[in-house]
Amino acid sequence: MQYELKDAPAFETQTLEVSLGPQHPSTHGVFRMNVVLDGETIVKLKPVMGYLHRNHEKLAENMTWLGSMPYTDRLDYICSMTNNFAYALAVEKLANLEVPERAQYIRVIMAELTRLVNHTLLIGFLLNDLGAFFTPVLYAFREREKILDLFEAVAGSRMMCNYLRFGGVKVDLTSDFIPRARQIINKYPKFLDEFEKLLSENEILMARCQNVGVLPKELAINAGISGPMLRASGVPYDIRKVDGYSIYNRFKFRVPIGEKGDVYDRYYVRILEMRESIKILDQAIKEIPDGEFITKEGGVGARAPRNFKPPKGDAYGRIEAPKGELGFYLVSDGTVKPYRYHVRPPSFINLTILEDMCLGQKVADAIIILGSIDIVLGEVDR
Amino acid sequence: METIDQAFVLGKRAALNWMSAFLPDWTMVFVSIIISATAIVIFGPVTMMYLTWFERKLVGRIQNRFGPNRVGPWGLLQPIADGIKMLTKEDIVPEHADKFAHFLAPVVIVIPALLIFSVVPFGRGMVAVDLSIGILFFLALSSTTTIWIFVASWGSRNKFSLLGGMRSVAQMISYEIPMVLSVVPVLLVVGSFSTVSIVEAQSGWNWFIFTPWGIAGFLVFFLTGVAEVNRTPFDLPEGESEIVAGFHTEYSGMKFALFYMAEFMNAFSISGIVATAYLGGWQGPWLPSWAWFFIKTYALVFVMMWFRGTFPRLRVDQLMGFAWKVLLPLTLANIFIAALWLNLESPKNNLISALVLVAIVTIIYWANRPEVPKKRIYRYAYED
Repeated sequence: MQYELKDAPAFETQTLEVSLGPQHPSTHGVFRMNVVLDGETIVKLKPVMGYLHRNHEKLAENMTWLGSMPYTDRLDYICSMTNNFAYALAVEKLANLEVPERAQYIRVIMAELTRLVNHTLLIGFLLNDLGAFFTPVLYAFREREKILDLFEAVAGSRMMCNYLRFGGVKVDLTSDFIPRARQIINKYPKFLDEFEKLLSENEILMARCQNVGVLPKELAINAGISGPMLRASGVPYDIRKVDGYSIYNRFKFRVPIGEKGDVYDRYYVRILEMRESIKILDQAIKEIPDGEFITKEGGVGARAPRNFKPPKGDAYGRIEAPKGELGFYLVSDGTVKPYRYHVRPPSFINLTILEDMCLGQKVADAIIILGSIDIVLGEVDR
Repeated sequence: METIDQAFVLGKRAALNWMSAFLPDWTMVFVSIIISATAIVIFGPVTMMYLTWFERKLVGRIQNRFGPNRVGPWGLLQPIADGIKMLTKEDIVPEHADKFAHFLAPVVIVIPALLIFSVVPFGRGMVAVDLSIGILFFLALSSTTTIWIFVASWGSRNKFSLLGGMRSVAQMISYEIPMVLSVVPVLLVVGSFSTVSIVEAQSGWNWFIFTPWGIAGFLVFFLTGVAEVNRTPFDLPEGESEIVAGFHTEYSGMKFALFYMAEFMNAFSISGIVATAYLGGWQGPWLPSWAWFFIKTYALVFVMMWFRGTFPRLRVDQLMGFAWKVLLPLTLANIFIAALWLNLESPKNNLISALVLVAIVTIIYWANRPEVPKKRIYRYAYED
């Protein structure tokens, strides 16, 4: 895409090349944007990635199947539970493993709690990018901590949970998990109301976010965008509904759709999505059955991980991660290590259209557009 | 009461009397100047130090945390610890910077900030110089800050600094105009530029904010003042999330602290001038005059910090648009409203000028309607 200057300048001017990042307060990590500016307007933008490349895929190919489970935590380190989920789902597809009922429910509860964590935090950081000196982000952190306490109780770790296993989960829920979770979920709508009352109709926020970084429907589909970003552009595509993986087709929830596809829509769709997540959590917590938390047959998971050999073949498992479609493509040659291991990272693919959204906008807009994409560099660079 | 009210004035007089015993008469003028200047030079930085403490504490409370509470009781010694840290830090000058400009800017930027204090009436009789052009002096000095911000940004030879400096210049030029125009109604009514006579004109409860034109003028003057000292939501020149730290990206140690000092002293003196022009300055019942001045000023400073803790930042074009499309027409109309108020009889004038003000605000709102953000309604796929 090319940006044309609208008015010919009356006198000779020069463009200014600025490198935003890799060390910059709001690139959400070591991301870099080489920006060409005409005054404050962006004429060209080139994203530079790879500063956090850790060879995730190749490492996994030299490790047992279960061995890379903890490494998936480090992809999108805010939502380790959903990363585990996607990987486990792909391997289960490959090895045809059944997951017990209770484990399915636990997974859904964890995934939706993760969605709450991710969206709350994202909105906080988006406001930070808008210049609201840390106030929203600290309130977001407060709520996030409560959910992380839950994760810690079951998985032993707050962020790097490593909780899921092929065919189930690592350990059963603690006895007080359900009441604690219920308490948090019951209080969450109140927090969201408060958050929204202060933010959603703030004139400055509305003026800054509306009609900024518009992503048209067609472009979003063509670029392979997924998740809240795609839905904000008006495409009703949610893998939880489309695939109905795990047990998602049992729950009643709606999928919020944006209209313009600007930053404000992306912001608001996420808030509405959190409300839907709370609905799912309500149902899941009510219906969760007793029983096994990991499958017994197949000699998988915690029992004999080193001898786990899925049959030859390939599988693609995908879930609706908080950031979009997170997929794992795995090829097995019947040994203890994957032959090929590929991640489809939502934030990387969502990032590819950054330039199209930023051209012609101001520098300050580029920052909030980047913020609204919701990237985590651990996942972008892998 | 009278003694408490005039404590500082009497103190200065006593010091002068004492000195006149062993100094020749002709030096007394200079001694008087030195006493006032020393008081201001001490008062300015101390105010700044404790404003940083106050801001951190307040923003901390807004953000559901404690703020500084380790150094001294309630963290009261924090500014001193900060000062020591700032003084002992390495002073880094970028290799390709214009070293002279880079050094000069933070030093000079403090001077106008200090000079402004000389026309601020801190209490009855408590003004260093009762200049007959006090308000003009204040407006002129506060705008020179921009020059030094630009020198700093140019001298740093950093692109973020340059962007910040450019933003600062653009912002100041835009906000200077409504700022000057928003004081005109006061000058019109008082008939003098002197800050002392402005306060005296508001004796009793006749504060200008209680008049229709006063409300409009106060809001515009305060908002432009916030913009003038680069504070949220107008903190574009140093917009952290966008251009790292703007004009002071390349400054460290005490030079950085000097920018901060200038900013905080300006924030205080602008609040003081706003209080003087519209909130009756040191006028008020029961308490000593200087106490009233500080209450009003700190209330305005509090509001500035409240902004800091809660508001996001505006974008460059919205910032300019706000100044030129909203504030400028409003201030121009406000001059007319003030003239109307002045020329009508007493009970009638408030009503008529209020009606005119409401009409004008409505017109401005309607004219800017396309840019007023709208609420949106979202739909859902897959109804449950």
